[in-house]
Amino acid sequence: MSAPTARVEPAAAPVARRIAAQASFETRAILRNGEQLLVTIVLPVLVLFALVRTSFIDLDTHGFSRVDFVTPGVLALAVMSTAFTSQAIATAFDRRNGVLRLMATTPLGRSGLLAGKVLGVLAVEVVQVVVICGVAVALGWRPELGALPAVVGAGLLGTAAFTALALLLAGTLRAEGVLAVANLVLVLLTVGGGVLLPAQQLAGPLSHVAVLLPSGALGEAMRGALLYGAVPPFSVVVLLAWTAALGAGAARLFRWH
Amino acid sequence: MPLSDAPAIDPAQVATADAATASPAGADHEVAVQVRGLVKRYDGRAVVDGLDLTARQGAVTAVLGPNGAGKTTTIECCEGLRSPDGGTVRVLGHDPVADARALRPRVGVMLQDGGLPTGVRALELLRHVAAMYAAPRPVDELAERLGLHGFARTTVRRLSGGQRQRVALAAAVVGRPDVVFLDEPSAGMDPQSRRAVWDLVRELRSDGVAIVLTTHLMDEAADLADHVHVVDHGRVIASGSVRELTSGSGAGPSSIRVEASPGLDLTTLRSALPGSWDASEGEAGVYTLTGAVDPAVVAAVTGWLAGQGVLARSVTTGSRTLEDVFLDLTGRHLR
Repeated sequence: MSAPTARVEPAAAPVARRIAAQASFETRAILRNGEQLLVTIVLPVLVLFALVRTSFIDLDTHGFSRVDFVTPGVLALAVMSTAFTSQAIATAFDRRNGVLRLMATTPLGRSGLLAGKVLGVLAVEVVQVVVICGVAVALGWRPELGALPAVVGAGLLGTAAFTALALLLAGTLRAEGVLAVANLVLVLLTVGGGVLLPAQQLAGPLSHVAVLLPSGALGEAMRGALLYGAVPPFSVVVLLAWTAALGAGAARLFRWH
Repeated sequence: MPLSDAPAIDPAQVATADAATASPAGADHEVAVQVRGLVKRYDGRAVVDGLDLTARQGAVTAVLGPNGAGKTTTIECCEGLRSPDGGTVRVLGHDPVADARALRPRVGVMLQDGGLPTGVRALELLRHVAAMYAAPRPVDELAERLGLHGFARTTVRRLSGGQRQRVALAAAVVGRPDVVFLDEPSAGMDPQSRRAVWDLVRELRSDGVAIVLTTHLMDEAADLADHVHVVDHGRVIASGSVRELTSGSGAGPSSIRVEASPGLDLTTLRSALPGSWDASEGEAGVYTLTGAVDPAVVAAVTGWLAGQGVLARSVTTGSRTLEDVFLDLTGRHLR
């Protein structure tokens, strides 16, 4: 056809810019949402405070100070709240409202949307870590800085497993169902999943089950990194296995409509 | 007074308005969207069942149909959001699913349910979508065109339906697309908003963009569309320009409406008319006669009335509206 006017040819922005824009968009959406902030920031900080400053719960700290012993578990809880609960709920409502479909038709595409979500989760986790570590230090926490690479590794493994679980839920259940399940699972795993306290301190059979859960594995990985300077290989295997299984499930079962 | 002599959009005029060569619209405009024999099933039930559709650059193509006719599913197959179970879909020569990466920058989409995230502010969202493109339209200019500045800092959750629709439309066109799919673009809009949307659609058309829209608003289709596809039960049951659809065979009025006493004998009326004519009594006492109107036919009708000893309250010639055609094609029952 004849070119009518000096039309600018449509073109996509570079992929890095698209993903960065989406990541920033997702991060702002979470940090601006009151309920999301409650789950991702306020809840872990309250738990940290309660476990360190009160003695409702009798802790066997293996000779560590309370704050040294508890902070790794609170970091694991923070990862779970963002990578799982917050992401599952946000994605489920975006799916219901057609946001996933609309963004998939822009140059961002489905893979860009996923990448943006994962980076958004990591960005929120950075904010969480800064806040939680700040409070922990104020409470007397003095971590080994050499543990940082192991902590980052454990955090990434946990993020992968729990984001996969979030997408599996968000892509298969109704939004209201995801809202309920994602919060309930967070509470159950926090209480009985070996996140805050070592699995072996849990009652009866739970102590054997919890080490096999992604929550228990993440908790053990964080405690290993910060208390003993190394992530237990068993936890790594458990987290990788969950990531593979949940990721495959999400890839197969995720429904965009 | 004639029923309706409002001229339908003349595609030829539209085309010559912007094309360098004075050629009729349609034929020589490049095909942007080509759907052939499309089949899509949900749970074994065919929602789209052998649908054919063509849309051209620099033209507005309207897809009309009752609820559940398969319009949205068809559009979603064109957008690459659903994979067809049969037939072919080509958008700008590409398969929308397999070649999604090539098409996404060139295709703008407005979903029926909007697809807008609810927690962000209206203009923030538009800027975000614009960031996906290398050379988007200036956001402020587009917001001005569609009157978005009045609620720029309101979160999407708190916008009215019509305001959301305008934001969604802006998001669909901000990337300067070659093809735009608009699924019920003016649903929930006040008349002013609708005018703004129609103006923008006409501007896109004169820029050479192919616009495919679904609508329930017959006046929207009649005012905007160069080409109309009427869809029912997953197929196109009629297709053509608005003028072609409303005038039946060629130019000129295509119906005579007679208001008189109810229950007149239609058999004698039909025999008084040329063979190609049809006559029916819709509401009691309102008769619609359809065919190519000429002076002799009008004389035949009034002659028949005189023969029956009936004084009509009104006899009017006119064209059928698109809504008449639509209801004739798809039936008047609710679904």
